[in-house]
Amino acid sequence: MKEAIINHAQSAKQFNTDEARVNWHDETLWMVRSKRDKAAKSVEEWETLRSLASSVKEHTLSNLNEYLIEFEKQANKNGVKVYWAADAKEHNEIVLKIINEEKISKVVKSKSMLTEECHLNKYLEQNGIEVVDTDLGERIVQFRKEIPSHIVLPAIHLKKSDVSETFNQYLGTEKNNTDPQYLTSAARVHLREKFLSSEVAITGVNFAIAETGAVVVCTNEGNADMGVHAARVHIASMGIEKIIPKANHLGIFLRLLARSATGQPITTYSSHYHRAREGASMHIVIVDNGRSRQLANENFRNSLKCIRCGACFNTCPVYRRSSGHSYHNAIAGPIGSVLAPNMDKQKNYDLPFASTLCGSCTNVCPVKINLHEQLWKWRQLLTEEGYVSVGKKMMMKIMAFVLSYPLLYQIAGKSARFALTYFPFMLKIKKINPWYVNREMPQAPKQSFTSWYIQHKK
Amino acid sequence: MTVGLFIPCYIDQFYPQVGIASLELLEKLGCRVVFPTKQTCCGQPMANSGFDHLSEGCNKNFVNNFEGIEYIVCPSGSCTLHIKEHLHYKEKEQEAERIRNNVYELSEFLVDVLQVKNVQAKFPYKVGFHSSCHGQRGLHLSSMSETMQPAFSKPEFLLNMVDGIEISHTERVDECCGFGGTFSVFEEAVSARMGKDRVAAHQKNNVSYITGVDMSCLMHLEGILKRQRSDIKVMHFAEILNHG
Repeated sequence: MKEAIINHAQSAKQFNTDEARVNWHDETLWMVRSKRDKAAKSVEEWETLRSLASSVKEHTLSNLNEYLIEFEKQANKNGVKVYWAADAKEHNEIVLKIINEEKISKVVKSKSMLTEECHLNKYLEQNGIEVVDTDLGERIVQFRKEIPSHIVLPAIHLKKSDVSETFNQYLGTEKNNTDPQYLTSAARVHLREKFLSSEVAITGVNFAIAETGAVVVCTNEGNADMGVHAARVHIASMGIEKIIPKANHLGIFLRLLARSATGQPITTYSSHYHRAREGASMHIVIVDNGRSRQLANENFRNSLKCIRCGACFNTCPVYRRSSGHSYHNAIAGPIGSVLAPNMDKQKNYDLPFASTLCGSCTNVCPVKINLHEQLWKWRQLLTEEGYVSVGKKMMMKIMAFVLSYPLLYQIAGKSARFALTYFPFMLKIKKINPWYVNREMPQAPKQSFTSWYIQHKK
Repeated sequence: MTVGLFIPCYIDQFYPQVGIASLELLEKLGCRVVFPTKQTCCGQPMANSGFDHLSEGCNKNFVNNFEGIEYIVCPSGSCTLHIKEHLHYKEKEQEAERIRNNVYELSEFLVDVLQVKNVQAKFPYKVGFHSSCHGQRGLHLSSMSETMQPAFSKPEFLLNMVDGIEISHTERVDECCGFGGTFSVFEEAVSARMGKDRVAAHQKNNVSYITGVDMSCLMHLEGILKRQRSDIKVMHFAEILNHG
């Protein structure tokens, strides 16, 4: 796993050195956003659905304790074992214990952002277990020892040629053969073998239904089903916020999820897991890992409504031009920037600033999370707690002081215009004036509006 | 009707012509306009950088300048939104609240309050319209591409009254230009890239001007246009509405 050693702005700058790749990344994701628009427009009651989904989540989050207990009770009735994990460490230990008790050494996993968040793969590998991600994009980034750059499209930062190179290295495909058909066929053969030889399947959970104790997993590749059906042990890992009260509510979310994510009316597979088949076992690990802390914070509790569709990534003009790895977390994009500071302020205080606060994320969110307002709020809290550079703090203090006093402000304005007019070269040193790297400075007028007004109108 | 003109600091210092156009336009439309000369800045640059707790001085100064004025009108969606959402002043909180409820961006004031039906202006050029995010998604000056609602735009409703003007839209009609206040320097690479993409989209349409409700976005786009030695100019929509 690559550790983040630089912040978003630095990584984004690095990403932007390859203009052609930025073009391609931006255009590809914009195409996904456009598909979402088209799909959303085809549903007359789209805005009503968003409101409904948001309300169901609001209600569930307000009664989360009860619904979780109900869910556990129903799952137990179905013969499913339920475990509670306070954090990532506990989650990983529980999963390992189940695997060890079954004396198994090979695991297949279908896409689960929660297990990414918990760094489960690394933990299991350190304990001698082979873990294979079976979602194609996930498998590609797993080979490359990278983290996903997008929650729905994990390898969207890679081009066909990158995949070809990776498969050549790990699967022995022909060098420089970039034919998608050829490459996916090779992955298919490779993954079939893994499915058949693995006895444990780990899946994520898109929705957990309190009323029935069932979990629902949405995939396009059918890899969750393939894994679960071939294995004798199914472990489903879910965050506490995945609960919805009734099976009836599922329709609202399934109609929104795939349309928001990729513009499809529904994912190819919506798999409902109620209980294990005879001779097999099913386990559900319910994970907190910072979520109850976020729930208790009224500024950010809304973020727990997230259904991980990735629409906010695709629409974000900053994400499209900086790529997921710039966010140095399993979950990138606007929602990642809201979630990450709750986990580690020191490591993630740059993220709420990786936005122009344009508000497009809030508008596409199928569960109406006020993302850009939460980013603004994080900026305040993190800064007040001292997560800010000394230089920025000083600059802001001087600015706030000058702008508090009309006379100082007029003098400063005059000086700035004077400097722009008579010492423009001072402001044209790219190292000290980032504005000037790609943009000219505005031309300084002879007088400010205020002095014009005093001269002409008073 | 008395209107207090609220001129953003960067317009005051770098684009006085926008302030003049706004003032003349409002006067032409029959308003009595006052400009409190001790105004400075709404405090947004600090607040959006995480320093809202330092904007007390700005807030105090703002309330003292606009106290008692019936309508407060500003030729910037972004600064208007900031005042609407974040203006607080403990000692005069009631007045701060009144100001929050009575501050208008120029186009929404002209359309919603003055209900302007025509303007005497001529501008025989092809003009690309830039939709600024805070005005659009914050103040709802126009419909948004992400949500399902009937199309409307207050600034374009006004611009369409101008003789000879041809308004054009870009692909990705309301994508952010990447200015974002201090984002423009702290995230310089992405900011500039976003601006270049907007400029390229307008260039495709062969426009002579790019206009919008926020001079800050236009300043950013102007910086890029000038670096590219482009012939396209930026112009605030108030200047076009006031163009004889």
